[in-house]
Amino acid sequence: MSVDTAQETVTLTIDGIEVTVPKGTLAIRAAEALGIAIPRFCDHPLLDPVGACRQCMVEIPDAGNGRAMPKPQASCTLAVADGMKVKTQNTSAQAEKAQRGMLEMLLINHPLDCPICDKGGECPLQNQAMSNGSGESRFHAVKRTFPKPMSISSLVLLDRERCVLCARCTRFSEQISGDPFIALVERGALQQVGIYSEQPYSSVFSGNVIQICPVGALTSTDYRFKSRPFDLVSTDTTCEHCAAGCALRSDHRHYEVKRRMAGDDPQVNEEWNCDKGRFGFTYARGDDRLTRPLVRENGVLVEASWHEAIDAAVAGLMAAGDQVGVLTGGRLLLESAYAYSRFARTVLRTNNIDCRARQLSAEETAFLSSSVAGRSLDDSVTYQDLENARTVVLVDFEPEDESPIVFLRLRKAVRKNNISVVSVAPFLSRGAQKLDANLVPCRPLEEGAALQNLVTADGETVQVDSQTIVLVGERAAAAPGALSAVAKLTADTGCRMAWIPRRAGEVGALEAGCLPTLLPGGRLVNDVRARIDMQAEWNCDRLSDAEGMDAEMMLAAARDGGLRALVVAGVEPSDMADPELALAGLEAAEFVVSFEQRASQVTERASVVFPVALVEEQSGHFIDWEHRERRVNVVNKANTSPMTDIRALAALADAMGVELGIRNASQAKAEMDELVGWDGVSGDVPQEQTRTQLESSELVLASWRPAVDPASAGLDHQQMLHDAAPPARIVLSPGSATLLGVGDMQRTRVAVGSAELELEVVVEPTMLDGVAWVPGIPGAAGQPVVVQALVAGGVA
Amino acid sequence: MTDVLTPVLSANWGDDRAWRLTNYERRGGYQGLRKALSSSPSEVVSLVKDANLRGRGGAGFPTGLKWSFVPKNNPNPTYLVVNADESEPGTCKDVPLMMASPHTLVEGVIISSYAIRANTAFIYVRGEVLHVVRRMQQAVREAYSAGYAGRNVLGTGYDLEIVVHAGAGAYICGEETALLDSLEGRRGQPRLRPPFPAVAGLYASPTVINNVESIASVPSILKNGKNWFASMGTEKSKGFTIYSLSGHVKRPGQFEAPMGITLRELIELSGGIREGHELKFFTPGGSSTPMLTSEHLDTPLDYESMAAAGSMLGTKALQVFDDTTSVVRTTLRFVEFYKHESCGKCTPCREGSWWLVQLLMKLEAGKGSEGDVDKMLDLCDNIGGKAFCALADGAVACVTSAVKYFRDEFEAGYHTPAWELFPYEKSALFAVKASTDGAGNEKVGANA
Repeated sequence: MSVDTAQETVTLTIDGIEVTVPKGTLAIRAAEALGIAIPRFCDHPLLDPVGACRQCMVEIPDAGNGRAMPKPQASCTLAVADGMKVKTQNTSAQAEKAQRGMLEMLLINHPLDCPICDKGGECPLQNQAMSNGSGESRFHAVKRTFPKPMSISSLVLLDRERCVLCARCTRFSEQISGDPFIALVERGALQQVGIYSEQPYSSVFSGNVIQICPVGALTSTDYRFKSRPFDLVSTDTTCEHCAAGCALRSDHRHYEVKRRMAGDDPQVNEEWNCDKGRFGFTYARGDDRLTRPLVRENGVLVEASWHEAIDAAVAGLMAAGDQVGVLTGGRLLLESAYAYSRFARTVLRTNNIDCRARQLSAEETAFLSSSVAGRSLDDSVTYQDLENARTVVLVDFEPEDESPIVFLRLRKAVRKNNISVVSVAPFLSRGAQKLDANLVPCRPLEEGAALQNLVTADGETVQVDSQTIVLVGERAAAAPGALSAVAKLTADTGCRMAWIPRRAGEVGALEAGCLPTLLPGGRLVNDVRARIDMQAEWNCDRLSDAEGMDAEMMLAAARDGGLRALVVAGVEPSDMADPELALAGLEAAEFVVSFEQRASQVTERASVVFPVALVEEQSGHFIDWEHRERRVNVVNKANTSPMTDIRALAALADAMGVELGIRNASQAKAEMDELVGWDGVSGDVPQEQTRTQLESSELVLASWRPAVDPASAGLDHQQMLHDAAPPARIVLSPGSATLLGVGDMQRTRVAVGSAELELEVVVEPTMLDGVAWVPGIPGAAGQPVVVQALVAGGVA
Repeated sequence: MTDVLTPVLSANWGDDRAWRLTNYERRGGYQGLRKALSSSPSEVVSLVKDANLRGRGGAGFPTGLKWSFVPKNNPNPTYLVVNADESEPGTCKDVPLMMASPHTLVEGVIISSYAIRANTAFIYVRGEVLHVVRRMQQAVREAYSAGYAGRNVLGTGYDLEIVVHAGAGAYICGEETALLDSLEGRRGQPRLRPPFPAVAGLYASPTVINNVESIASVPSILKNGKNWFASMGTEKSKGFTIYSLSGHVKRPGQFEAPMGITLRELIELSGGIREGHELKFFTPGGSSTPMLTSEHLDTPLDYESMAAAGSMLGTKALQVFDDTTSVVRTTLRFVEFYKHESCGKCTPCREGSWWLVQLLMKLEAGKGSEGDVDKMLDLCDNIGGKAFCALADGAVACVTSAVKYFRDEFEAGYHTPAWELFPYEKSALFAVKASTDGAGNEKVGANA
């Protein structure tokens, strides 16, 4: 879609009603514009037309040239023309008969198992058989049958006899996600969806094929036979698993979410989501779910009443005075993050607050303060902007794994608008290859230097200008000078930039001021005007003008006695770049207050634990990477659900004798809405030196977390999701592999720091020599890797 | 009557080792090519256009006009693709031509490629006829050695690569866009049009797809001129063509004659219908063309007359059936073929042929129910003209035409098995054991 040219239009009539649509519009879409529904199965607005099911036949008494088309036409493949006349089933007996005939034929081999089919009740075949079909079949013969069901993957099952061969699933995989090994095989009436015997159908988007299947052929292993659609209560909400901000429909019954579907939001996720978002809703179903407060007595956590727990927390926090820090992880809703931010500033009187439970740096703090926080949707890069860019440069960002919907939009942009994608990375990942990306080869942590001289592996200099968008991921924090280089590139070339963290709550947390340098709305703690503004809003006296400690400094200070108390919400120590430091800090701190949904390494070390509500149990917002507000609604709330973070914090504040000022999400949101549009001073962009090219013979680590991360607590209790994920492997260059004496598929023992893994080798031609990629330990990037070949019986 | 025949393509078929280059050249082979190379490509296109050569693959689209659709300013290369995937039941003209005189086709390929400015040509041969594939490969090798193909054809600076490609055996791959998919290494299924192959065909580049016989006719036009070609045939269907007779005639085979010859003449040439029998029905151009009866014996076999008679000239594969034949059984066999060959892409063809076969099986076994014939016709109406490509139209054409002429025979299927009305051994050309169970025991189901 071009933004600067006026669109050419054509005017036609459908069922005698005139309509004007952009040139090239398909007749079925033009009819939709008039509210005329033509039945269809294979047609899907986001997939290329195929014309396979022939359900959408219409009559064309005038093709726009004064002549009738001799045969009825499939409206899903027919581009409209000026003066064309289209007659749908509403006005044409020919079209009506063709459609009725088609439905009859689709049903001759379709089993009448609607009463036990998952799709029954929300099935386009069922619905259209009722609206456009005949009441009775004239087919009294033998139906085609198949053994049922067949596994497409651990997540998707196929009942072949239900399939109408519309090719939506195979087109989705080919056109949208770009994943191979699901295809139509055989021919004639034996044609069927098939998989490859030697390679699995592996896709982080596989659940979409279930959702777009217009019959009950593809069903979810997880949801199969769990419920009937009409017994479910559906809620529109937003996915909590990453910063992509996907609209989500969450269906529950009996106080339990039964399934989740991609919501329809053309601006954001279109109609897709990833398997993590679709299937990752069972994480709080273990017996580690916290429902009552816990207080440590004689070294043991015991259940306590809220009053007891609050009293204990107040005593501990009062004793700590201002030697306290607040660690908020990325799971918090915008409103909760805001409550912690306000709690830290007005109750605990400290700027020691940080939402980053991951690798971080002072350079990143400056970058986020100056270049990310305080933005709004209007001055941010959006999904649509990605489609209209000429070049998108990915820096420390692996979209398929770290923000899958960004990946899908980039792939669409590559496919439809021929944009060029450049990945600054040590190798072209599978995801980058699906984006036809050019590689700017770069050893881990040396992205800063690479950005100063963007030359692809083919020796071509990447042209960066105002039509370029740089997408930088959270891992850039670990690369000295990388974020400074991004800021400089933006200033020098006029290119646009977006920072895309992994976690859903992180952009919101920045806006809420969960950073040692920031107050809400991008206000700087060391800006007097900003502080006065906030003092007025929060009705409090002097806010501290001293920049606080970041998360790593707080943990180190706690370990070394510099901080006495920590308030921790939604942090997994294993997510930090240095998990051992995190654990040491939590253990050494005199007093730890934990707000948590489930028992964790933090609650194990906490003095007081407050249980808090799940995302599905509360309302509020996430802010996605585009700075777009995404509404979260209460999906499912049992009477036994714990309080939200805000309620618990407000109660704690009351007990400490300070009014927090907000008691629920809508109050918090209303207050935040008053704080947007800050036009005061923003921070200086960082100007760190980049790390110089290391000439090392050592094998060093590159890593990011895979989309379906086995270590992610958010994907617990959904084994089939993990079963469908590709196995963890170590990626080596051909040169490194030769040097190590290992080959493709070889099993190896891999040691990074204290971590030891057994991994199969993948030899990747685009990989830089001397770099090894291993999934899931981004915090160890740049560290030496030791690889030993494993042979039967031990190490070679 | 032999003066009715006009052997051009088949003139050398009886020669000793007619397929060798030397023998072909001795007969004046490759003179057309030399003539073509001395003219400009557009002159060759005009010549073929003026000669009014029409596509011999079935549809009869003017060949020269098709060539002129190739865009001149397209940055992609232009390809010539020869459709040698001859698979229409009853059709046997391209395979004998390629077996007997492959160089006629090779010469035609070179001239046609030159005319459309293609530097690569593909001959897509049906995979089952391996002997033909080998013979074509041998002929292409010979042409390369003689300097007719490859780099710098006959010193003119024109380059042409010719690739002989073996298909994997699917009727649908004779549909030109499915053929292109197959040639690109995909499953053969028809493509959406537009874009048309002339604009975005093979590898999304301008592509001309012609039938073997159309291309093989080109050298003779070059050699003998457009007037010679246009002197044969009827007003709108010019030239000569190969008619293939099979079935209940005494001497079945290929008969090369001017366009517009009648079946009566052809049957006479083939020695007449089997002794003691008379013509019951025939297909003018393969089983996908609506069948005709003895009332059409004198209808000229050209594009216009066949269309006027409610059928199509098709591939000129005349399958002749005498009065011993059950039209119900014949129709069932035809439809079974289309069911087996349906690619599965679209609903009416895939499901409709599945249903039609079962309906016809009931009628053949005398187990039909009152109203089945009307139901079958209604089903044909729901299939015909609604499918993605023409395969399904062919599948229903034999049914509707058979019912049109022999409705009684179908209605007899409500009570009497076809094998009782027409004992099958009587229509067999060779002695076979009598069928005891008819079709009633045939398997249906997914693995039938």
